[in-house]
Amino acid sequence: MTMLETVDGTEVREGVDRETIETVQAMAGKYKYGWETEIEMDYAPKGLSEDIVRLISKKNNEPEWLLDWRLAAYQRWVKLEEPRWAMLNYPEIDYQDQFYYATPKSMAKKPKSLDEVDPKLLATYAKLGIPLKEQMLLAGVEGDAEPRKVAVDAVFDSVSVGTTFKAELAKAGVIFCSISEAVREHPDLVKQYLGSVVPPSDNFFATLNSAVFSDGSFVYIPKGTRCPMELSTYFRINAENTGQFERTLIVCDEGAYVSYLEGCTAPKRDTNQLHAAVVEIVILKDAEVKYSTVQNWYPGDENGVGGIYNFVTKRADCRGDRAKVMWTQVETGSAITWKYPSCILRGDDSQGEFYSIAIANNAQQADTGTKMVHLGKRTKSRIVSKGISAGRAQNTYRGLVSMHPKAKDSRNYTQCDSLLIGDKCGAHTVPYIEVRNNSSRVEHEATTSKVDDDQLFYCRSRGMDEEEAVALVVNGFCKEVLQALPMEFAMEAQSLVAISLEGSVG
Amino acid sequence: MLEIKNLHVKLEEEDKVILRGVDLKIGAGEVHAIMGPNGSGKSTLSYVLSGRDGYEVTAGSATLDGAELLEMEPEDRAAAGLFLAFQYPVEIPGVGNMTFLRTAVNAQKKSRGEPEVSAADFLKLVREKAKTLKIDAEMLKRPVNVGFSGGEKKRNEILQMAMLEPRMCILDETDSGLDVDAMKLVSDGVNALRSEGRSFLVITHYQRLLDHIKPDVVHIMAAGRIIKTGGPELALEVENNGYADILNEVG
Repeated sequence: MTMLETVDGTEVREGVDRETIETVQAMAGKYKYGWETEIEMDYAPKGLSEDIVRLISKKNNEPEWLLDWRLAAYQRWVKLEEPRWAMLNYPEIDYQDQFYYATPKSMAKKPKSLDEVDPKLLATYAKLGIPLKEQMLLAGVEGDAEPRKVAVDAVFDSVSVGTTFKAELAKAGVIFCSISEAVREHPDLVKQYLGSVVPPSDNFFATLNSAVFSDGSFVYIPKGTRCPMELSTYFRINAENTGQFERTLIVCDEGAYVSYLEGCTAPKRDTNQLHAAVVEIVILKDAEVKYSTVQNWYPGDENGVGGIYNFVTKRADCRGDRAKVMWTQVETGSAITWKYPSCILRGDDSQGEFYSIAIANNAQQADTGTKMVHLGKRTKSRIVSKGISAGRAQNTYRGLVSMHPKAKDSRNYTQCDSLLIGDKCGAHTVPYIEVRNNSSRVEHEATTSKVDDDQLFYCRSRGMDEEEAVALVVNGFCKEVLQALPMEFAMEAQSLVAISLEGSVG
Repeated sequence: MLEIKNLHVKLEEEDKVILRGVDLKIGAGEVHAIMGPNGSGKSTLSYVLSGRDGYEVTAGSATLDGAELLEMEPEDRAAAGLFLAFQYPVEIPGVGNMTFLRTAVNAQKKSRGEPEVSAADFLKLVREKAKTLKIDAEMLKRPVNVGFSGGEKKRNEILQMAMLEPRMCILDETDSGLDVDAMKLVSDGVNALRSEGRSFLVITHYQRLLDHIKPDVVHIMAAGRIIKTGGPELALEVENNGYADILNEVG
């Protein structure tokens, strides 16, 4: 037997496919998506300058107005200081020591359809379990064998590789494409709504994003239309030393409805990578948007080496009366999470909901929560946050509930539960509550508990191993949030909870 | 089946000795009962056998079909065929009873290298077994033991036992907190599981449970030792005269 080479210290025997070994290792490891796609890339020069902003704009064939918009953001960003109020501890980020634009060479000439996309890219998404063929998805759940379709926009580093079901969606009048394409094909819509929810001046990371966002997804659901399938974007970071700055804009016109899913993963590396995204959602009268995220960026290793720095600004503006938004997030990845998906409840009787599971294991740090800004009359909001800390991790819920003077008879209910596994981790709850009228009601409940030894022993005495027992108890703890997710996502999230907590006990 | 030899156990955190040399041998298909006053070490014995933390075995052994139990993890003991029906079944919020059962059954199958049961077969089996214990569909959906009455909790333990099909069942004061009807249901459930290859160790305070689950052998435990062993008549003696006579007799 000849030993040919080694992959991460494992001897590879003759005749054994290298990829098979890597796949098996990826499966066996704690983080399943830590592999890398070897593909030739084009990079913009390292660092950030006005020239880089111009280059990104040029790569996307953007009109003058958008270049000006970006440059104004850049000029503002240069003068801003990185915020440090979050309960996060990380070394200073060197913004000049990374790439702001990286695209596969094969994407230089935009593929006209998915058939023209580089097979290596298609293989990447296949390996991630993301279907880029327009196929039916089967929900693998008893009694619900109804085939369902999910349209996908696949973003690879700085560019969108392709979007599925575009033609079928177009029949319903739904626009679903990359934002770079939307800028070219639907300039009026983009111009009208871009930056209208999260203005370029919003915060340090949003300003940075406004200057350098390379791609992302655009959704428009026309009046009175129920989107015929779920829409999703899958973000993959692949290139090294490269930040990902995507921008998503969703506009749900009067009386329309859409459910949107977002997933993300990145390779295992021992350097940190920056991800600074912006998601803007505009919801008009009587419209409803559900936005679900399973965030599974590489979290770094047990010692806190590597991992994604995730600084994200997400906001939904319920602009019309009776508009509704529901954020659901499962945050298991990233070394650093800084993220507060928010709801501006502007229309009368509008509603915002936020369901969150944030898991921090090993050396991960999460500072996440939401903002509910009640402006309209009789607006309602609900926050259910489940924070789980294990290892040496720190997990903070930070939330704002603000009742403005005109938001008469409004209501908020907040439930904030923290679960600790082990005795070296921390859970923190930082609620900010402002009520400026006397007819509104705000309720806040918070609990902190530890995974109970009796529960674990009970499970183990029935045959489950310790990690299975922890996963079961934690999934029970998160149940209200898992139930808020679309079915396929809920199942993925459940197994993700288990994987994220591997090694957290014993 | 189960053989306990000279088992000495103390609390891990304190210098408190609880078991002082327990010897017990249960053959295949036999039903043994352990009776004894409070604090005699009955429950400790059941916890030590099933592998709960907090106890230190200072001497002795406990084997199941020749395999040393005391060195195994709790889940491996379960996979080897040991089952403890808890005196105080634990609540697990948010986890459906059915999910819990299925996870447990499949975990044991997996560790024995057997194929998992399909969802449809599992559902059928659970419904069938639940019916005999008067556990309705609603109770199967509710979170494990959360908001269950005392009787429901104990019936649920027996349902788990029926689904996991252990060879060695320990019932730790399963009669506590049960009214007459519930006791009958639970006992019928246990009796239905009696077979040549399955043994039981019934830990109880009172004789009344043994009217329903007829033991082959009765042991009296006191101060961490088995002080007297006899037939079912021994339980009746306790019922009539209390533990005092036996304790005096043994000294």
